[in-house]
Amino acid sequence: MSRPASKASSKAPKLRAVQRAFAAGIMRPLTSGNRMQPKWHDGKSARRAVAKFIKPSDQLDSFERLEIYNKQYWFRLIDCLYDDFPALRVLIGEKKFYDLTVAYLTKYPSNSYSLRDLGSRLEKFIVREPKWVMPHATLAREIIRLEWAHIVAFDGEELPPLEIDDLLGSDPTRLRMGLQPCITLLACEYPVDMFVLAVRRREEPRGETSNAVNERASRRAAKQLTRPKPGKIWLAVHRSENAVYYKRLEPEAYLICAALQKGLSLEAACERALRRKKADASFGATLQGWFAQWASFGWFCRFR
Amino acid sequence: MPANRFNNFTEYGIGIGLRVPHYGHILSRKPTVDWFEIISENFMVDGGRPLAVLDSILEQYRVVQHGVAMYLGSTDGLNRDHLKKLKRLVKRTNTPWLSDHLCWGSVDGSYSHDLLPLPYTFEAARHVAQRIREVRDYVEVPILVENVSSYAEFHASEMSEWEFLSEVVEKADAGILLDVNNIYVSSQNHGFNPYDYLNNIPHHRVGQFHIAGHSKYDKYILDTHDHPVLDPVWKMYDHAIRKTGPTATLLEWDDRIPSFDEVHREALKAGRFCEELLREPTRI
Repeated sequence: MSRPASKASSKAPKLRAVQRAFAAGIMRPLTSGNRMQPKWHDGKSARRAVAKFIKPSDQLDSFERLEIYNKQYWFRLIDCLYDDFPALRVLIGEKKFYDLTVAYLTKYPSNSYSLRDLGSRLEKFIVREPKWVMPHATLAREIIRLEWAHIVAFDGEELPPLEIDDLLGSDPTRLRMGLQPCITLLACEYPVDMFVLAVRRREEPRGETSNAVNERASRRAAKQLTRPKPGKIWLAVHRSENAVYYKRLEPEAYLICAALQKGLSLEAACERALRRKKADASFGATLQGWFAQWASFGWFCRFR
Repeated sequence: MPANRFNNFTEYGIGIGLRVPHYGHILSRKPTVDWFEIISENFMVDGGRPLAVLDSILEQYRVVQHGVAMYLGSTDGLNRDHLKKLKRLVKRTNTPWLSDHLCWGSVDGSYSHDLLPLPYTFEAARHVAQRIREVRDYVEVPILVENVSSYAEFHASEMSEWEFLSEVVEKADAGILLDVNNIYVSSQNHGFNPYDYLNNIPHHRVGQFHIAGHSKYDKYILDTHDHPVLDPVWKMYDHAIRKTGPTATLLEWDDRIPSFDEVHREALKAGRFCEELLREPTRI
């Protein structure tokens, strides 16, 4: 995510005034007929307002010239969210998805130079305004979290993985191991992974998002486009050899990973899992297996 | 291909834009290409496939960075996070120069993700030139500014677009990435003679050319980069290189992208204009 821009220049006040007027025009939602709104912000004629700063040409009046940019703005940004959140779109339908994206971008215009970050506040938006995804508020939120986690896993940061040598002689009561920054852990009320996989399988991948998940999805999954029924799952969305994977975790495994991610010591993280599941003779071996697998995925890094 | 200080004294020839649909072909077939242009922002990420692909490309090819989100004309302060990531990428690619557009795209922290036109005023020229200097001082490579295609003009403008471009690059001591297709598109939309543009810019500052295709609508032309280069643009390109000398040239094809070979063939047409020019007897 980009930080907020540093202090604005005060050396070009006229330029800034023109840019504010231009942006105010192009960032307003289009009408239902995909035209620029006829009324300006103050309720007066947009044609008159735009004519004050945009010159007409032989072919187009001022309003029509700004309208080209108004359309480009919305088409480009909605297209980007269309690509980034395909499962949400399938869940709520194209029309509701369009209305949601317009409302979202109106409330939260892009604050990053990169279109990659465009959907970063979509979950926050629907938590505050669930009406856009009703009656599927919980399911929609979980799908958004998974689709955003996919983006993070695709090109997020990966630190040098911890090696055995890094851990030798460490005191487990004090040892803190981080999870790779590109990993997102999700505790879900619905099996959203299968739904998202099915959608991605059905749709041609567009743009630069990872398609490994698509490649791995089964034919059976492709047909499962019915809305998921409630059923708790625990997921790690991670990257391996530049492909994105959704890995289901046991609830205890999820607790351990979440605790490590928060900075708890290795011992404290394992204790969390033990509190949930009564320890028996086999649990030690299970734990060992989990850690061996996670280490082989390169999930562990130094805690920051 | 004349080298100059704006393209860091390089002679790069004919390049094409590196685009996702061609990754597989390029990495497996390793076609002979003078250089690739990358969109900087696509690779200003922290990890994953984009950087892995870039590193593989860098093992085989010369890469030049072209930005779409520096927004040199914006009145917001320069985005330090953007600059930091840009410089990190510059070190990775070893790009001999860096280009971005003579436009703005964000205000009050909100980004349009578009290349928006500037009013051609002296105030704007001073402002943009100052920002170009700041960026160049930070990234430590020459900066080329590219003319954008536009669909609107401002009452506030005090000069023509080519006068504005000249004013900016002279004040910033920067180079020009001359997009011939953009000149053509804007000339049709605004009703000026594109050859006035080509004839009246500081030719010694041109460090690179862009060529591309466009789409014609009823009342305006849109810079869509989804067609081969059209004849009027080739004629302008021929005229332009006679002013500048054959210079590093890049074909942009960003939508409805055909096979790699088709894009490459189209790009190499530019090379034929350059060869033709070099065969002509020197005029004294």
